[in-house]
Amino acid sequence: MWSYEKKLQYPVKVSTCNPTLARYLMEQYGGADGELAAALRYLNQRYTIPDKVIGLLTDIGTEEFAHLEMIATMIYKLTKDATPQQLRDAGLGDHYVSHDSALFYNNASGVPFTAAYIQAKGDPIADLYEDIAAEEKARATYQWIIDISDDPDLNDSLRFLREREIVHSQRFREAVEMLKEDRDQKKVF
Amino acid sequence: MIKALPNEYYQQLEEIQAVDFVLMELTLYLDTHPADSHAIQQYNHFAHNSLLLKQKFEAKFGPLQQRSINQKNDFWMWKSGPWPWQI
Ligand SMILES: [Fe+2]
Repeated sequence: MWSYEKKLQYPVKVSTCNPTLARYLMEQYGGADGELAAALRYLNQRYTIPDKVIGLLTDIGTEEFAHLEMIATMIYKLTKDATPQQLRDAGLGDHYVSHDSALFYNNASGVPFTAAYIQAKGDPIADLYEDIAAEEKARATYQWIIDISDDPDLNDSLRFLREREIVHSQRFREAVEMLKEDRDQKKVF
Repeated sequence: MIKALPNEYYQQLEEIQAVDFVLMELTLYLDTHPADSHAIQQYNHFAHNSLLLKQKFEAKFGPLQQRSINQKNDFWMWKSGPWPWQI
């Protein structure tokens, strides 16, 4: 089970109402390499991964939900005071007519989330390589958002999230090595 | 919607966030290095710290986690804000 803590993993401050930046952040909310995809991917793969790495997938998957909450907080804060005209100017007119200022699992282009973004192959090496790639893609996406962002306060939180992807990637790489060692030992004996 | 929060709220919350970050980082590290006793020592040290900081925060500002003690007998504090995206 899960239990809720009434705090963000890392503080989120935004400088000003900025719906354009909110739209870019939706890539990490409901996009192919976003936090929802990451959480759902790991927490689903863990049932059939070898015992040695179940803990890692559980813990990283859980942390991804904390990241999803940070991204949601960013989008919420960046859009909560926006007028319909401001949303329209930011390219969120289509979003507004369907959702008002509610959040939704879309990417930055408004494409709704789909489970087709993620995979569970039942092959531990294939699954972990997908997870490493997912972390690297998420890291790159954070970098591109930081590069295009004009909000220094927000960038501080985005840099934190970018660093987390690097750590997750590292841990998944170690998990691959652990499984390879096991496999190689079986060959010898 | 949300009354202005004292500086202390943010300071104490950030301390908790910092300690819990260390715990998260050590957790992932230990998931792939389960026999590193130095890291386990660090983990236990910060787990204890986190507990103390949360008790202090909750006594003043209400429950931070589900299953915490409700400090008032006549009002259910868990349902009250501020929620994380409101501060
Ligand atoms: Fe991640």
